[in-house]
Amino acid sequence: MKSVSRRNFLFGSASAGLIALGSRILGSDGGTTGPAQGGDDYGSHGIHSGDLFGAMGEVDHERNGFHPRDILTDFNYGDNVYEDNGQTVREYNFVAIDKEIEIAPGIFFPAWTYNGRIPGPTIRCTEGDRIRINFVNAGVHPHTIHFHGIHSAAMDGVPAMPGMPFDMVGPGMIQSGDSFTYEFDARPFGCHLYHCHSIPLKRHIHKGLYGAFIVDPPEERPPAKELMMMMNAFDTNFDGDNEVYAVNSIAFAYVNDPIQIGVDELVRLYLINITEFDPINSIHIHAEFFDYYDHGTTLEPTLRTVDTIMQTQAQRGILEFSYGIPGMYMFHAHQSEFAELGWMGMFHVMGEGDSHDS
Amino acid sequence: MTVSTETRKLPTWVAGILPVILLIVLVLLFLNTDPLSVFTDSAPPVEELTLQRMILDDEGFELHIINSGPDPVTIAQVLVDDAYWRFDIEDTELERLESGVLRVPYPWVEGEAHEIVVITNSGATFPFEVEVAVATPETDATQFRNYALLGFFIGIVPVVLGLMWYPFLRTIDRRWLNFALALTVGLLVFLAVDTILEALEIAAEVPGTFQGEPLVFLLTIVTLLAILAVGDAFNAGDSRLFLAYMIALGIGLHNLGEGLAVGAAFALGQISLGSFLVVGFTLHNITEGIGIAAPVASQRPRLYHFVLLALLAGGPAILGTWIGGFAFNPLWAVVFLSIGAGAILQVVYEVSRLILRDSQRRDVEPVSVLNLSGFVLGIAIMYFTAFLVA
Repeated sequence: MKSVSRRNFLFGSASAGLIALGSRILGSDGGTTGPAQGGDDYGSHGIHSGDLFGAMGEVDHERNGFHPRDILTDFNYGDNVYEDNGQTVREYNFVAIDKEIEIAPGIFFPAWTYNGRIPGPTIRCTEGDRIRINFVNAGVHPHTIHFHGIHSAAMDGVPAMPGMPFDMVGPGMIQSGDSFTYEFDARPFGCHLYHCHSIPLKRHIHKGLYGAFIVDPPEERPPAKELMMMMNAFDTNFDGDNEVYAVNSIAFAYVNDPIQIGVDELVRLYLINITEFDPINSIHIHAEFFDYYDHGTTLEPTLRTVDTIMQTQAQRGILEFSYGIPGMYMFHAHQSEFAELGWMGMFHVMGEGDSHDS
Repeated sequence: MTVSTETRKLPTWVAGILPVILLIVLVLLFLNTDPLSVFTDSAPPVEELTLQRMILDDEGFELHIINSGPDPVTIAQVLVDDAYWRFDIEDTELERLESGVLRVPYPWVEGEAHEIVVITNSGATFPFEVEVAVATPETDATQFRNYALLGFFIGIVPVVLGLMWYPFLRTIDRRWLNFALALTVGLLVFLAVDTILEALEIAAEVPGTFQGEPLVFLLTIVTLLAILAVGDAFNAGDSRLFLAYMIALGIGLHNLGEGLAVGAAFALGQISLGSFLVVGFTLHNITEGIGIAAPVASQRPRLYHFVLLALLAGGPAILGTWIGGFAFNPLWAVVFLSIGAGAILQVVYEVSRLILRDSQRRDVEPVSVLNLSGFVLGIAIMYFTAFLVA
């Protein structure tokens, strides 16, 4: 019964014209030979965007080496964590790797990545922690890591300016095969990001070199189901215009695999926009309103009771909300174009009796 | 000194076949060892998709596409108006020169523009535009009749009307008859230019492998020479009736092209065929009838010849509207039009020769003021009546 009601929901929200078509293909799984139905070893949830709208087929997440469902909650508190003079030190190992990523079913993007994934590892720490990033450039091009945070000029991860001493500008671009350790104290608390700052900047960003940098306040935030979403996009034909939009890289990933949350469960969503080429990106959640903390640098919301916000590139913030009624709820960019080009997902709000593996 | 050639000479057939054998060996060696792989190993694939035909029906779009590039193309996704959309194709991988039918269910909006973009597995994009969405005519009896009627007005009506000047042409004296022939040359020159340009325009849509543009010129030249040769072989004398038939054939092929263009444009919703446009075509093509009648003005062919001439010159327009409306294929359009251009050039040559010989016989300048006026008038009529249909 449940899958029927889901389908009804999707029918209601998909283009009415599509239904009017009454297409013989509509709703049928067989008979099409789209891109390979990649190994979804995470189990089927009975909904695939390809049934009604969106991209055909599924991405082979195993081949990519990361699953968008994991990226949501994959908070990395350090590859090596220890105390030094009463300060917590969190060491991370970052390797820039050139890698082909399947960003939408059947579409392969020649990406540049940190640690083979887009977005790169989500750095999670508490304000005042010492952060040490051991960066190795295994890519063909020179790269850097530029953190949005407060730190010295030497650790800013930008290209060097000729004639300037190290402490004024840092090591510059880390050449292919070279390495460097970025080191600083994590501050201020908030929802931040890092990205490569090599030139040409546009290309180094849109090729995939970015990730989340989340600094918790010393006084903890209330417990919640925490999610990280990086709004990104890919220009697959390199014409300065994106063909694929997403959160966490894979088009329609959370339509195929809805994000499960409980009724009345507080959700804290760390949302970051790194979309290249378009001036802004946005999020709209269906049938619920949220409080918003711009940049996450305050403990009080900067915006209350809204259901849509927009962010320019590198702008980010925290959304807090909870759903009171079970059901399937869309969330997507409210630039309809971005939504239909992949930046769309579903929350599966489950009541008391619902099984998490239905 | 003499060398015995007997012992050294290879049998003729061996000498003839040896290069072929060596060529086969070389090709096999190349394919098996790929000695020049260094040039291809690191190069990204060259992908190319060409649209051959797009059908809009109440299910959505149907695109007939061909892989016109050197490498295989794998279709990964399809966008319609910047949105990922479902699609269906027998095989998503198209080999070189393999064609496929891509079906995209879509609620297209009548009278508005749409863009379908095919994205390959490498992320390359191939946009195909629907300039104005209208349902592609279905091949039923009513539509067949409608398109036939269209071709009838474009082709047969003007040619018949033009031929009806024949009795008048018979009454005028020789000098004015040459004027009429010069006028015919003028209009034929216009038609030749027009046909070649039309062919070149369509040649741009032909997959690169088939070399559309060179094909236009090569086919035109080959046709011209072939008809000249055939004409010489079968028509040693100077049968003016035969010449009239050749003119009718050339004009017929031109009208086939015109029918193709109008039929295809109408089917694609690019033009609305108001009465004005159809009247324009009738006026534009009426001179063609004069052109056919002029060479036989001094003779007295039987009536059935005129019927046949009208059918030969005008009938292909009907064929053209059918093909253009229901099964347009740029490659075949280019072939027909180029043959048409060659045929027209051949009759330009023949009619000019007619004027030349007549002038020699009467010992006057062939390029007289009167003849030149006829030539220019022929071109001018075609040029200005083309305003009505451009």
